Amino acid sequence: MVLHTPLYDRHVQLGGKMVAYAGYELPVEYPAGLVAEHLAVRQQAGLFDVSHMGEFTLRGAGALAWLNNTFTNAFDSLKPGRVRYTLLCNENGGCLDDLIVYCVSRDHYVLVVNAANRAKDYAWLCEHLTEDVTLDDVSDHIALLALQGPQSAAALAQISEGELPTRNYSFAEDVRVCGKSCWVARTGYTGEYGFEIFLKPADAELVWDSLLAVVNESGEQFVSACGLGARDTLRLEAGMPLYGHEMTDAVNPLEAGLEFAVKLDKEFIGRDAIRDSVPVQRKRVGLRVLDKGIVREDAELYVGDTLVGRTTSGTFAPHLEAAIAMGLVNTESSAIGTVLEAQVRKRRLRAEVVELPFYKANK
Amino acid sequence: MKYPDNLLYSKSHEWLQELEDGSVLIGITAYAAEQMGGVVYVDLPEADDEAELGESFAEAESVKAVSEIISPVSGVISVVNQDLEDQPNLLNDSPYDAWIVRVSDVSEREELMDAAAYEAFVAE
Repeated sequence: MVLHTPLYDRHVQLGGKMVAYAGYELPVEYPAGLVAEHLAVRQQAGLFDVSHMGEFTLRGAGALAWLNNTFTNAFDSLKPGRVRYTLLCNENGGCLDDLIVYCVSRDHYVLVVNAANRAKDYAWLCEHLTEDVTLDDVSDHIALLALQGPQSAAALAQISEGELPTRNYSFAEDVRVCGKSCWVARTGYTGEYGFEIFLKPADAELVWDSLLAVVNESGEQFVSACGLGARDTLRLEAGMPLYGHEMTDAVNPLEAGLEFAVKLDKEFIGRDAIRDSVPVQRKRVGLRVLDKGIVREDAELYVGDTLVGRTTSGTFAPHLEAAIAMGLVNTESSAIGTVLEAQVRKRRLRAEVVELPFYKANK
Repeated sequence: MKYPDNLLYSKSHEWLQELEDGSVLIGITAYAAEQMGGVVYVDLPEADDEAELGESFAEAESVKAVSEIISPVSGVISVVNQDLEDQPNLLNDSPYDAWIVRVSDVSEREELMDAAAYEAFVAE
């Protein structure tokens, strides 16, 4: 069965090229094209339908303790109105998913998980519930829009009432957009200043249309509809990992370079295995391709004749105008400045290990 | 005109122009270029390489994907358009001027479409 988000009709009307993704039919790009959409987010503002993402509500007196015991990050310091990134690991320390936790109050949280993992996560989390918490999959009752780019605040302010959150990884529950009650969060997956807007499915078309119709002082529209293609190149340019690529259940979060979200000084599922993996034998690296050509996902990486790893994502980055990739490589070949060779069909392309992120916004 | 009348077209979206000396120029159609999006790199063959009917002789990379360019003829690649090395976007900007290779000593050729037949083919 193919699922549709509440904005399916809009995507078709806008000429979106529809593809299957995580069980949904979603636009990979609109007629403007992936590159134009990518640049719109870097320069102005782009609007994404991310209603396919999964949302779970967690409630109960034991909610905080359960979060700490279940996920890699620590949540004691997470205040109401704030947001935290975390991993969910299995007993072996492999990543089951990465997700975002929104704190409404100390006994009420919202978890946003990857669409492709929604059913797996929900089943797994339910197996690990304690008696003092309840978890509900509310994904079908929430539409989610991502408005990203330096002019996203200007666009959203025009059609909203109430104070927009400004601090990164915070959210407001009391914003009205087009008169409709929404949550507005300062989160995103593009490396750009921006918002994610949680709303009722019935309000999605109104808010979508209104954001695309916003004009500047010269009367020009400045919010572009963007598809999954630009979402992927933007996150890659910003050095952000994608589940199923940079991390899987065979990769632990330290190997994926996500130590900032792993607190080994508390108990959680997979903690012992992750602790025992230190020092890790392989690491996620950023790569900039030195030769002409593009290195894509799953290319073998060599030092001389020795296979030292594989790429996990790769593209031509439209804003940087350079071929970039991320990969998992043996730790001894992961130092910044190391030049690896990527096997691309019959050719070997040199690729240098560089700092992540590839791109950082002035936000 | 999107598909010039003086060219012949393959089902894999290459165009072919017959030259007076019996050699042919090969490029990609406006339809192919549009499907690919902006081409950022072309992996070109070298002069004197053989072109084999139905086989890839070059690759065009866009942000989205890599696309093989299939030879509609067998012969010898006599000239390669080196401009594409530094300006791969010529394939998008002027697909019918941006020939990729010239093939001489053509020994076989697949059945090709004229402009009207190709236009109907891509409309399907």
